[in-house]
Amino acid sequence: MKYNNLIFVVITFLSIPINAQNDDHRKVNHDFELELQAEYRYFFNEAQFSGQESHFPALAIKPEYSVDWNKGREQINFSGFFRLDKDEERTHWDIRELYYQKAKSSWELNVGLKKVYWGVIESNHLVDIINQTDVVETFDGEEKLGQPMVQFNWITNKLGTFDFFYLPYHRKRTFSGIDGRLRFGTVIEKNDINYESGAEEWRQDFAVRWKHYFGIFDVALSHFYGNGREPLFLFDNQGNTNAFYPIINQTGLEVQVTHDAFLWKLESIYRDAKTQHFLALAAGVEYTFGNIDGNGLDIGILGEYLYDDRDALALSGLQNDVFLGSRIAFNDTQDTSILIGGIIDLDKSSKIFSLEASRRIGNSCKVEVEARIFNSIDKEELILSNFKEDSFFRLSLSKFF
Amino acid sequence: MKARLLTLLAFLTLFIVKAQSPEEKGIQIAKEAEKADLGFNSSIAELKMTLKNKNGQTSERSLTTRTLELTEDGDKSLIVFNSPKDVKGTSTLTFTHKVGSDDQWLYLPSIKRVKRISSNNKSGPFVGSEFAYEDLSSQEVEKYTYKFLKENNSILTVEQDPVDPKSGYTRRIVSYNKSKGYRIEKIQFYDRKNALLKTLSYSDYKQYKNKFWRAGVLKMVNHQSNKETILSFSDYNFDAELSEDDFSQVALQRAGN
Repeated sequence: MKYNNLIFVVITFLSIPINAQNDDHRKVNHDFELELQAEYRYFFNEAQFSGQESHFPALAIKPEYSVDWNKGREQINFSGFFRLDKDEERTHWDIRELYYQKAKSSWELNVGLKKVYWGVIESNHLVDIINQTDVVETFDGEEKLGQPMVQFNWITNKLGTFDFFYLPYHRKRTFSGIDGRLRFGTVIEKNDINYESGAEEWRQDFAVRWKHYFGIFDVALSHFYGNGREPLFLFDNQGNTNAFYPIINQTGLEVQVTHDAFLWKLESIYRDAKTQHFLALAAGVEYTFGNIDGNGLDIGILGEYLYDDRDALALSGLQNDVFLGSRIAFNDTQDTSILIGGIIDLDKSSKIFSLEASRRIGNSCKVEVEARIFNSIDKEELILSNFKEDSFFRLSLSKFF
Repeated sequence: MKARLLTLLAFLTLFIVKAQSPEEKGIQIAKEAEKADLGFNSSIAELKMTLKNKNGQTSERSLTTRTLELTEDGDKSLIVFNSPKDVKGTSTLTFTHKVGSDDQWLYLPSIKRVKRISSNNKSGPFVGSEFAYEDLSSQEVEKYTYKFLKENNSILTVEQDPVDPKSGYTRRIVSYNKSKGYRIEKIQFYDRKNALLKTLSYSDYKQYKNKFWRAGVLKMVNHQSNKETILSFSDYNFDAELSEDDFSQVALQRAGN
């Protein structure tokens, strides 16, 4: 219940600036949006572990509310999330965002629960560390939990943008329940994983990021010091597993060079904990053949190399792999787009193929199709071998209000 | 003798005026048009985009556009999508350059990602419309070579050939209205095979701050596909006093939330 107390504190804090608003800038804009989503996930291989189901019908509700005043220079944004699923661990709610923002010419302050994205690579997200991943929500790790923070952005013309984060609370990862797929043989309860830090989730964490661009170069450097977002799994000789959230120092680098129709990308981290030090790197290129048919058809080709020092211990299973893919955008009135690809392990036989497609229907609906196929997963794979029977199709239909 | 000399001088002067080549006159008109619009500093406008296919079925998008005038280099712009709702908040930040490729960033609000994108694909359609990216980007004088074609009352017709080989056009035929601050009335676009591709007509003009002409409606008709796109601008605001600070990547994220 500690988390609920925190939300209460944040809301109380947020309510102060509203009363303090200036009469000259009284014009207040409100905006409410709602997305309702029906989803069906079907795992077509027989389950590897007992208790696992194959059919997962689900619903999601995503309300959003924002209010701004002072010519948009002050805002409060709210974004909620509720998922109802057959797997009770995937049935969850979250406040993705609830923050107050104040912007001046050369700085911006954000206080509350917020989402922040770092990174340039498509097939893996190494540098992105501010928010905990909502692991039960998606396989690609792009859904995040709201992170309590004070974020201060300092924007300069010559030196780029400096972004400072104070992160007073850590949120644990939720793993699939007994019914769910994409889990280990033993069900991991969220609260079974403890902290290295004595302050546990209340450890006061910090992060900083510098971002700038020079012509065709976009560069960012970041450092994070605090409770790791990824739990660390240690295995001893007796076969016991010890999992906890370590205290980490992580330095990240992001580079993108945008030249003609080429995007050259590099993302790298060095993570330092008491029991683990490693380097991970992803580098790639994306080239887009634009407007091929004179009707707006764009076909992009992506190639990325993924490396991780942790080898078998890499939670993503991407220790020495290549991602090859294609992004097809029709640029039609329905915004039809397809992303297909495959991750191929260079040391082992393991391959993961994926497809993501979406299209708008009418003015306010959207259909999405996703497939993930685990192919020839090597028995030696410490993490991925647990998912080898978890290839799935997902279909979702959203209605926006 | 003196009279003869004067006649000769008068003739020479006439000759020099006459001798302004169509190329020189073309670029002069483009510069006049640029000059007439100089000093608007910044503007904000609401834009409704109506896409019509050849069967007459329509779909709509609404956007907010912010523009910052820069004289040493090209303008900066920030465009935010308000509808359709599944793309609400998706925004682009563009720094146009008089010479070379534009710098462009895309903000995806669902995952909060700012992504530098290539501005290479300028001939591609903007969100499924009949407008190509290059039709909507800042019109800098340096981006074309010019040839004056004809003058009909106050309408000056100039041929413009894109400098960039990546342009989807061989040429554009632009009609300027000299008596209305060199505002553009019509543009005809010729594709790479030099066939007439599209016609853009400007209407519902209004003059702001006693100087700046802005069309309320832009209608683009594609003669080859029979599709059309109508842009309706409203709520023009020239008093927002935007500055470079409103065109940063931080401002891009703020605008899309």
